[in-house]
Amino acid sequence: MSLKPKSNWELLKNGMFGENTIFRMAISLCPSIAVTNGLKNGVALGVSVVFVQTMVNITVSAMRKFIHPKIRIPIFMLVIAGYVTIIDMLMATYARQVYKEIGLYIQIIVAFASIFARAEVFASKNKVIPSFFDGFGMGIGFLLAMIVISFFRELLGKGELWGMSLVSGNPLLIMILPAGGFLAVGLLMGFFNWIDMKFYGGKGASGV
Amino acid sequence: MDFGKLFELVVAASLINNFVFTRFLGLCIFFGVSKKMETAVGMSITFTAVMVVSAAMSWIVYEYIMIPLDLTFLKIIIFIGIVAAFVQSADTIMKKVSPALYYKLGVYLALITTNCIILAVPLINAGEKYNFLESIAFGFGSGLGFALALVIMASIRERLETADVPAPFRGLAISFVIAGLIALAFTGFSGLITL
Repeated sequence: MSLKPKSNWELLKNGMFGENTIFRMAISLCPSIAVTNGLKNGVALGVSVVFVQTMVNITVSAMRKFIHPKIRIPIFMLVIAGYVTIIDMLMATYARQVYKEIGLYIQIIVAFASIFARAEVFASKNKVIPSFFDGFGMGIGFLLAMIVISFFRELLGKGELWGMSLVSGNPLLIMILPAGGFLAVGLLMGFFNWIDMKFYGGKGASGV
Repeated sequence: MDFGKLFELVVAASLINNFVFTRFLGLCIFFGVSKKMETAVGMSITFTAVMVVSAAMSWIVYEYIMIPLDLTFLKIIIFIGIVAAFVQSADTIMKKVSPALYYKLGVYLALITTNCIILAVPLINAGEKYNFLESIAFGFGSGLGFALALVIMASIRERLETADVPAPFRGLAISFVIAGLIALAFTGFSGLITL
C-alpha cells in the first residue's frame, strides 16, 4: 500500500488487473470453478459480485465514522449479508432458470473473502468516492476472470457459447466436469503468471 | 429412526458430493492450509467439530424460531450470525478452559468463519428440509469429506516441494491442476448411492 492516494482510474485498474481477485490474490476461488461451466452462469455471478462489492464499499465507507473498531467484523458481515439477500431475492424472482443452477453460490457470496477484505482494507479507511471506484474495479476484475474461465470451459466442454452451438464434433467433456474447472483455473493461472514473468518481469502470483 | 438413511447421508456428503471436489466450496481454506500435513490435520479436526455443532444450532434456530416467526427469508444473515457467534465464543472458551488445545487449534478456529462450507451446510439443510439427526449427519459427513480432501492434498503437496515444476506453475497453479486430477478420481464415486 503506497501512502500517496491513488487516482480513481488507478484504483479501478488495480482492482481489474494488479490485484485481480482470482488470478493474483487467489481468494474467492470457490465460485470461480463452481459456476463457470457456462458463460451465462459466470456472467450472472460476476455481475452480482460487482453489485455487492460496490454497494458494500460505499456503505462501509459512508458509515466508517460510526462503526466501533471492536465490533466491525459482525457489522461488515451484516452489511454484506443484507446486499446478498437483495440480490438473492431479485434473482429468485427475475432469473429463475439461472437461479436454480447457481442459487447456492449467490448466497455464498456472503462468505467471500474478497468482499470482506476490501471493506476492511480499503472502504473502512477511505472516502466514499475512492471506495466506490475500488469496489467497482475489484468487482469488474472478478467479472473478467469469470468470463475468461467460463468462456474456455463452455467452448471446449460443450462447443457452445452463451448456449449457442459453435463447434461441431466431439467436445472435451472433461472441461465441464468438476475436474475440468480445476484444470482450467490452474492452466490459466499458470498462463497469466507466464505473461507476467515474460513481459513485465514480475514474479507471478505466489498465492496463499 | 432409520440409521441406514443417516449412514447414506454421511457417505453421500463425504464421498459422492464431496464439498471440495464436486461442489467447490471451501477452496480458499483448502488451498491455504494444505501446504503441511500438520496444519491440515489440525484444521480437519477443528473444522469437523465446528461443522457438526453449527449444523445442529442452525437447525434448532431455523425450526423453532425462524419458521414460526416467518423469518426464513433472513436465513443468510441469521446463519452467518450463528456461525460467527459460535466460532467467537468457542475461541474464548477454549482459551480459558484448555490453553494447550487453543495454541494448537486456535488459529484455525479464526479462519473458519471465512469458509463457505460452514455457511453452505445450514443453507442446504434448510433447503432439503432435513430433520435434526439428518442435519447433524450431513454436517458430520461434510466435515469428514473436507478432512479427507485436505489430507490427500497435503500429502501430495509435501511431496511437491521437491518436484521440478515449471516456473509459471509453481505454487498455486500446479495445486489447481493436482486438485483437478483428484477431482477426476472422485467422480468415480458418483452413482455409488442414489438418495
